[in-house]
Amino acid sequence: MTTTEMMTLKTEPFVLNFGPVHPSTHGVYRMRATLDGEVVLDIEPVFGYLHRGVEKLAEERTYTGFIPLTDRLDYISSMSNNLAYCLAVEKLAGIKVPERAEYIRVIIAELQRLVNHFIAVGTFLNDCGAYMTPVVYMLREREKILDLFDMVCGQRLTYNYMRVGGVSQDIPDEFLPALKKLTGTLPRFIEEMEWLIKQNEIFLARTKGVGILSGETAINCSISGPVARGSGIKWDLRKADPYSVYDRFEFDIPTCEAGDCYDRYRIRMEEMRQSLRIIEQAMRDIPSGPVRADVPHLIRPPVGEAYAHIEAPKGELGFYLASDNSIAPYRCHVRPTSLINLTALREMVRGWKVADLIVIFGSIDICLGEVDR
Amino acid sequence: MTVALSGKEIASQIEEKSPGSVEESSQDSLVVKSDSLLSVAAFLKDNETLKFDYLNYITAVDYFSYFEVVYQLTSLEHNHTVVIKTRCYSRENPAVPSVIGVWQGADFQEREIYDLMGIKFEGHPNMKRIFLWEGFPGHPLRKDYLQ
Repeated sequence: MTTTEMMTLKTEPFVLNFGPVHPSTHGVYRMRATLDGEVVLDIEPVFGYLHRGVEKLAEERTYTGFIPLTDRLDYISSMSNNLAYCLAVEKLAGIKVPERAEYIRVIIAELQRLVNHFIAVGTFLNDCGAYMTPVVYMLREREKILDLFDMVCGQRLTYNYMRVGGVSQDIPDEFLPALKKLTGTLPRFIEEMEWLIKQNEIFLARTKGVGILSGETAINCSISGPVARGSGIKWDLRKADPYSVYDRFEFDIPTCEAGDCYDRYRIRMEEMRQSLRIIEQAMRDIPSGPVRADVPHLIRPPVGEAYAHIEAPKGELGFYLASDNSIAPYRCHVRPTSLINLTALREMVRGWKVADLIVIFGSIDICLGEVDR
Repeated sequence: MTVALSGKEIASQIEEKSPGSVEESSQDSLVVKSDSLLSVAAFLKDNETLKFDYLNYITAVDYFSYFEVVYQLTSLEHNHTVVIKTRCYSRENPAVPSVIGVWQGADFQEREIYDLMGIKFEGHPNMKRIFLWEGFPGHPLRKDYLQ
């Protein structure tokens, strides 16, 4: 081929299909990426591979009967989903929760945050190329927390533990000593993990300055949770709009300024430490007493609507309920953290390489059960 | 604690600026006429004392005689919140203007409502189904949908 012939050769963008079944999509997420060589020009997310019509199913169930389905939204952190839904029903029906139950809820929710961040950081490192070693360490520690959940409700993934007006049963006597033992070892583990990760040059090169999300875009795109806090937005519903008994505990909201993948990872590591702080205080102050208010089997809230939201591990998770004074919700809407956090993905990946696309996507931490519902 | 602002108070502020755009107001929420939704949205976002820069969620409810689209807004700076609603009375071709130009977070949520409730958001750049496939008969979250 002569030089003149080579000069006339043209390149053109092509479309590459990611997923829905691909190890780095964390479920059945699919995106159509338009590439120019190795550079990402644009992506188009395609949802719905796990759509089960949860909101429609809610309209055919009683208020209590819907709790098991909330487990299956964000199945990495089922307890948080239970909690958000129960808070919404309690707000709608005006039910007061006993003190002890509130403390149990806080302990369980913070343990759930630890579990979620273990998985989030572990799989994120998988995406960065540290294949399987870190995630197995994370899963080892997660296992210990799952044992605690097993102790309180007999389940390891779909707990169905929180109930309207409290929790399904009191924690057993051996729970608090076991929790104390675990929280004694976890700070060292987190320290060790961080020490292994943050000195790794490859990890730093892959994440620092990559996939920057500005605070302004984050607010405009309704981003919440660690992703927003990584972009410098000091917004945490546990402080901004305290629910349950979170206003009684002392903890900090970690924020970072750069808004890159590394900051999102750092926020999660720091949040684990803050969760441990909350658990310690809750363990110290937990009162005795009943764990469930007197709630009828079939709840009939007055006509009206209510929205309750919590700071779930991934961000703001909320339930909007409308009641027509029957035993089933007239309308139940889930405010899906994972779906809304994906809004800014398009802007974050433009101009980066295909390999970075995987890292940026992994740093958002989504769960497809919640995206598609 | 996030303060829930009174719908009546916000309604009077909106009425002062653009009269006739509020349909109804109560303590918890206010209903805006759908043709003035965009100007109200811009006012709520840009006004210095209100500054609703964060859209918590959008959802829609089917009340048979009308569809109600619900928006909850929060100001991260002032830590207050308000619920605004808009209604569309047509069952054949319900449509409301898209707020994606004001809050980009509306993108996927508006598509979801279109998919499951069948309300079109005018001005949305990519108004197509999000979860179900093109050609799916009907909109499942409508109360008259038969499985």
